[in-house]
Amino acid sequence: MARSSPARTGWLLSTPALILLFIGALGPLAIVVVYAFLEPGEYSGVVWNFSTEAWFRVFFERDIFDDTVSMADAHLTIFWRSVKLSLLTTFITFVIGFPTAWFIATRPPTQRAIWLFLITIPFWTNLLIRTFAIMEVVRNQGLLNSFLMWTGVIGRPLQILYTDTAVLIGMAYVYLPLMVLPLFAAIDRFDFKLIEAGYDLYASRTKVLRRVILPIVRPGIVAGSILVFVPSLGAYVTPRILGGGKNMMIGNFIELQFGQGRNWPLGAALSLILLLIVLVALIAYVRVTSNDGGRDGQT
Amino acid sequence: MTENAAVEVQKASRVYGAGSSAVRALDEVSLTIRRGEFFTLLGPSGCGKTTLLRLIAGFETPTTGQILIDGKDVSQTPPNQRRVNTVFQSYALFPHLTVSQNIGFGLEMLGRPRAQIKDAVARMLALVKMEKMADRRPQMLSGGQQQRVALARALAPEPEVLLLDEPLSALDLKLRKEMQLELKRLQTETGITFVFVTHDQEEALTMSDRIGVMSAGNLLQVGAPREIYNRPVNRFVADFIGETNFLTATIRNGIPRLSNGEAVQAKGPARLDGKTVTLAVRPEQVRIDPEGPIHATIAQTVYFGTDTHCHLRLADGTELVARLQSPPSGDIGLKAGEKVRIGFVPGAVQMLEG
Repeated sequence: MARSSPARTGWLLSTPALILLFIGALGPLAIVVVYAFLEPGEYSGVVWNFSTEAWFRVFFERDIFDDTVSMADAHLTIFWRSVKLSLLTTFITFVIGFPTAWFIATRPPTQRAIWLFLITIPFWTNLLIRTFAIMEVVRNQGLLNSFLMWTGVIGRPLQILYTDTAVLIGMAYVYLPLMVLPLFAAIDRFDFKLIEAGYDLYASRTKVLRRVILPIVRPGIVAGSILVFVPSLGAYVTPRILGGGKNMMIGNFIELQFGQGRNWPLGAALSLILLLIVLVALIAYVRVTSNDGGRDGQT
Repeated sequence: MTENAAVEVQKASRVYGAGSSAVRALDEVSLTIRRGEFFTLLGPSGCGKTTLLRLIAGFETPTTGQILIDGKDVSQTPPNQRRVNTVFQSYALFPHLTVSQNIGFGLEMLGRPRAQIKDAVARMLALVKMEKMADRRPQMLSGGQQQRVALARALAPEPEVLLLDEPLSALDLKLRKEMQLELKRLQTETGITFVFVTHDQEEALTMSDRIGVMSAGNLLQVGAPREIYNRPVNRFVADFIGETNFLTATIRNGIPRLSNGEAVQAKGPARLDGKTVTLAVRPEQVRIDPEGPIHATIAQTVYFGTDTHCHLRLADGTELVARLQSPPSGDIGLKAGEKVRIGFVPGAVQMLEG
């Protein structure tokens, strides 16, 4: 045929997107993969020799004197803390975000824009500054402790700053809008007549929430959870400032390898582990949620 | 109080808002719906019929007055504790559940055993002829099919009363006619009390055992379709149900006379002597009659197939429509501008207050 087939034209038209995808996503990822299998340079960078030492060091450590191998407990603690804090952040943002999104979606249309606008205001300020603001709230002589001591609930200031709790508060605050916005989009599309239908068919208020509202707005919950969980797992600024450097998360640990640690291959390997955790979490999440449809019926 | 009452509404009012902006959607309405009957609430939009339905369903509570279901005051009972189910105008089927799961939802919430739910769902699917669609999602069904599922879902828990909020308004004419018969069949088969809300007077006349006509938050008349059609209590009911001609007349010696003195064949009570009244007469009860007492001019004739509508003008300018059966030739032989005499079928003229 003289004319080019639609399939070939389609490929041609999508080249800009493909090039961008390659330069922006696949290229850098390939570099990270390659670096994870090289030897670290003495001061920084890499030596171009194939090595799996970085991967070994992710999970194990070798004693400097007698070369005995043991589990790298510190690393596993960091992984676990990252996953735990990210899951908790997702949970907290959902618990706060769902009623917030519901509230906004049930306002008259003219007021909705104002509420949504208010939700996005924190985005206007630099993350670093917002994190320092949280620091001001939770530190020993900060707002929270002063208030609690003034009311007499506590006698001495609580040590919140430089603990996991501070990191959690900071992350929940930073990522809350990412939960609220997709939830709002889902609730906004929700047909409120279905609530009446549920009540009418003998469902109690909790049953209506569990059996009608939550399953229907599930896409919003999934989207919000992914948007919060993924950046939480790789968070760097918040745990660095509020965790005080001792309570590291994966992000800080990776940074350490590229900076003071001068071990780029280990940093690259850790980045890939982070990617893997995210991937596993997403697959698990999608599987769990997509099975729900068939589960909650009686047939 | 009444032995076989399914629903009793006692002086129920519903007011929205407060102060000067308060809207009285329902104004001290009292009504008794009998067990097993097909009762229709008929009225234009905004007349309060849907508000009344929502009060019975429990989605709203009356500002004053009571709602009794099966003799018990349920005014403050939430909808999930009333043995009443609703078919919503928009159907409100659960999009995340299959047809079977939708139908079984009510029974499941009532905590019925699985086997019983399964049987009931199968029975309901058969009743509305949707067996083949059991595992589909509502989004994959046509409007008529969704309608059937909504009906089956509301009927499955075997409620005391089934409430239907303009359920046919989203369907096209042909489907609507089918569903009217279908609804009537379902009501007869199940024996459940149906309370049906509509603004379509034809729908109300064809399906109902009794009709309640509403306007501006008030219940104007309750009665069988024939009663409502032939003996409307006031001008609003006469006008809203079917087509009606209105004449203004003054009663002299028990006989209503038009302004030019022509007598109308009807009897007025002697107590109204000297008073001005409104006379209502249906177009099919108007006759072109050379012996008739009233003079009229033909304004135009409109051919409708089986009928021909003949628009007439009386001496005082009142316009009147006569619905005449079309003769085999199709031409009733009357021309615009022609002068004729008309009369009314004996007993057809209603005398209305207001």
